[in-house]
Amino acid sequence: MSTPAPRQLVVVGGGMVAHRLVEALVDRGGVADGGWQVTVLAEEPRAPYDRVALTSYFSGRDPQDLALGDPALWDTPGVQLRRGVQVTEVDRAARVVRTAGGREHGYDALVLATGSAPFVPPVEGKDLPGCFVYRTIDDVAALRQYVTEVDTRRKDSTHPRPVTGAVVGGGLLGLEAAGALTALGVQTHVVEFAPRLMPLQVDEGGGEALQRLVGALGVQVHAGTATAKLTAGRDGRVARMHAAEGSAAGLTHLDVDVVVFAAGVRPRDELARACELPVGPRGGVVVDPTCRTEDPAVWAIGEVACLDGRTWGLVAPGYTMAEIVADQLLGGAAEFPGADLSTKLKLLGVDVASFGDAFGTSPGALSVVYGDPVAGVYKKLVLSDDARTLLGGILVGDASAYAGLRPLVGRELGGDPAAWLLPEGAEGGPASAELPDDAAVCSCNNVTAGSIRDAVRCDGCTDLGAVKACTKAGTSCGSCLPLVKKLVTTELAAAGVSVSSALCEHFDVSRAQLFDVVRVTGITSFSELVDRHGRGRGCDICKPVVASILASLDSGHVLDGERATLQDTNDHVMANIQKDGTYSVVPRIPGGEVTPEGLIAIGEVARDFGLYTKITGGQRIDLFGARMELLPAIWERLVAAGFESGHAYGKSLRTVKSCVGSTWCRYGVQDSVALAIALELRYRGLRSPHKIKLGVSGCARECAEARGKDVGVIATDNGWNLYVGGNGGFTPRHAKLLAEDLDTETLVRTIDRFLVYYVRTADRLQRTAPWLEEIEGGLDHVRAVVLDDSLGIAADLDAAMADHVEGYTDEWRATLEDPEKLRRFASFVNAPDSPDPSLSYVVERGQPRPSTAAERTAGEAAGAVLVAGPRLEVFSR
Amino acid sequence: MTATLPPDTTASTGWTTVCRYDQLQPERGVAALVDGQQIAVFRLFDGTLHAVGHRDPVSGAHVIARGLVGTRGDAPTVASPMYKQVFDLRTGVCLDAPDDPALRLPVHPVRLRDDWVEIGAGAVAP
Repeated sequence: MSTPAPRQLVVVGGGMVAHRLVEALVDRGGVADGGWQVTVLAEEPRAPYDRVALTSYFSGRDPQDLALGDPALWDTPGVQLRRGVQVTEVDRAARVVRTAGGREHGYDALVLATGSAPFVPPVEGKDLPGCFVYRTIDDVAALRQYVTEVDTRRKDSTHPRPVTGAVVGGGLLGLEAAGALTALGVQTHVVEFAPRLMPLQVDEGGGEALQRLVGALGVQVHAGTATAKLTAGRDGRVARMHAAEGSAAGLTHLDVDVVVFAAGVRPRDELARACELPVGPRGGVVVDPTCRTEDPAVWAIGEVACLDGRTWGLVAPGYTMAEIVADQLLGGAAEFPGADLSTKLKLLGVDVASFGDAFGTSPGALSVVYGDPVAGVYKKLVLSDDARTLLGGILVGDASAYAGLRPLVGRELGGDPAAWLLPEGAEGGPASAELPDDAAVCSCNNVTAGSIRDAVRCDGCTDLGAVKACTKAGTSCGSCLPLVKKLVTTELAAAGVSVSSALCEHFDVSRAQLFDVVRVTGITSFSELVDRHGRGRGCDICKPVVASILASLDSGHVLDGERATLQDTNDHVMANIQKDGTYSVVPRIPGGEVTPEGLIAIGEVARDFGLYTKITGGQRIDLFGARMELLPAIWERLVAAGFESGHAYGKSLRTVKSCVGSTWCRYGVQDSVALAIALELRYRGLRSPHKIKLGVSGCARECAEARGKDVGVIATDNGWNLYVGGNGGFTPRHAKLLAEDLDTETLVRTIDRFLVYYVRTADRLQRTAPWLEEIEGGLDHVRAVVLDDSLGIAADLDAAMADHVEGYTDEWRATLEDPEKLRRFASFVNAPDSPDPSLSYVVERGQPRPSTAAERTAGEAAGAVLVAGPRLEVFSR
Repeated sequence: MTATLPPDTTASTGWTTVCRYDQLQPERGVAALVDGQQIAVFRLFDGTLHAVGHRDPVSGAHVIARGLVGTRGDAPTVASPMYKQVFDLRTGVCLDAPDDPALRLPVHPVRLRDDWVEIGAGAVAP
């Protein structure tokens, strides 16, 4: 029996919805092996990305940060993504699509996912240089480049003045664009034809609140104003926007340097029109509830589809359509269930949410409104005529109740609706635990409360991360995460699962709780702690945790008394164990700055002890192959040359990486090396739940890769930008902006607090990125704690860091000065200086390395003597 | 480094003296070299002594004495510092893979004579 030839699926368009379609097909095993052969023809020169998060690209993110899902999707056998391809024709009779490059792709099924194009109103001057749209990464990059150029020219001119910009359109997209311009330092105006901002999502009260909040951020809003034409200046670039007559507040014109059109979108249905597929009255390819067009082999999904007589401009209905088509392609019968057009956004830092029947158009609908003009909050709930069932609502300024309220649309609210609107009653809401199973919690990915509970009950998920991976809940916009977390916690508690927070079999509490226990009780030994708050004699999990906690709370030597027994071998001998049982030694080189004498000293030590040397990723030098009994002799030489422990072995500060900065670099704007050295000397030896790495870059070129660090500092013209929560490794993360343009003193104080707060509250082996994700309130909460002292603990955090800085001593030197501690470095208790007889080395590229098993066997067979090994020539003390 | 050399090492009795009892810190192992064999010796919190092979069967490196000592249930344990497998100090069995004989540590007789710790010849049959 031969396998049937795979059927060809061609997807035109490479946006978020196309991505979801392919992901769904692959997830269901519908690709290759007798399934579909998928070809995605994308117009943009890159893989699908998170267009919803486009504005974040302005706050310094890389295009890579916008990546969707697992990039390995595009390496799936049977899936082909062709980027930068323009499809010019669909030949339905021949079932082929043709591209501008002259290629033909035959199809058995064709999915149009071409999305929308920005709508540019037909005003005079709309194509002048300086006029932009806001849709793709390239649009955004071009806008950024233009603004930077104008800004640079301005600064160098004799009459410097800030760059001014106008956004045409005060809807969702317009405010996004305004946010982007503001982030670039542009003085921003928003021109909206309707009498208020976001006319499609919020009512008059909400619009007013929004306008006040946005205005307070320096964005000038001109509602009820139409753009008549744009005119150029002497340089041919756009220079003035003329308002139409009769505009509100009598505005006649604005002098601007840049204009962004964000006045809505139009479906990209030109291919469908050309091949005579029916389109809707306002555009969009007409499809039935299965997303099929009139031609049974052709489907349309996302913003280009006209379903139920309209197009759908949000990502959630697009995703639903993608899932439907995936189901249909695999023989299913899924249909479009109608879409939830709820939205929750943070525009210019202002929360806006609108859900259900936001305008109260249902017959007999009642509204409960809460407004606080001082706090800049407007909240409205729309209820059924008996005031019991929630129909919809609008939240402006504080949308924290959104995650709890939205799933309740169409259900009885229970209790006093006003409780949901007052600031106290908001978070999560009283009813989230009793949320019915069919209530949609994540509308982006259409995940119900029931599926989340199932993930815990049936699929064995025991934390938020696992539930996210299993259900996709909260993986798009993330607005539902507080609710998902609450559901997961409730469900775990109901199932009697408590393992998630217990450290190990010896302690029933988490690291953070144990930290508090030690802090409050003042216990200073493991024995007392395990006696009073645990059981047994500990293990390789809890002992190092307790050692780290004790080290954080007082600055005793890590090898003092019983503490020595708590330390993993690396911490115990203050070096890093390698595969043959020898260690590597890393002297601290603060900020990566080292004198020639220092380099020579390190080189001499390495040569005299026969150590393999390698430059590390943290700008220092690693010396490998040090036998345990030789560590003190090696340190003695290094300490004599002015070096100290680099703590490469500890769950503690590793390095502060820096670029050369303004002292040498022609681009540098601040002295990054001096700051890096100061930070490294300040935080050296700080014990923490996991290793901590810092970076300091002297300008925005970011040569120190500071945003890949737990704490990244990037110089600006006015000071330092502080980023937190980055890391490399298995799951790389880019650090997120915590604060901008700090002076050095404020910067150091902020990092102090951030680090101590992390050390106190993070879980075991939890780096800063997952900690920020897990901690209640996330980055905003941490920012409030460290900058605004929202918990009233700042003085305590400052004092803790001051204690650390005060109490620091070099652990290597302290060990060398204590004969009792030195005793631990004996290779054998009955032969203290005999080397481990099993060690053997070969020379490779001029340096020793451990021999392989095969080399040992061969060496022994030939009677050959391997290089070094126990006979390695060493410096003798 | 000035370790007091043990007194007579009496091969005839089958016991080798390796160190004084007070040279052992509770819950921190030491390595001893006995007839060319590397042995990990532990003094536990309750004062009992245990001796197992120093070679980690997973990595092949001689590092077991440098592992963290603790308990699992009632069993006194040591965790290999290399890949963290946990071994029962009484039996040498790897508690993460109790049925794998290749991951079992040899157990050596160990005793306290006066103030001296002595290791017996040969491994105790598992």
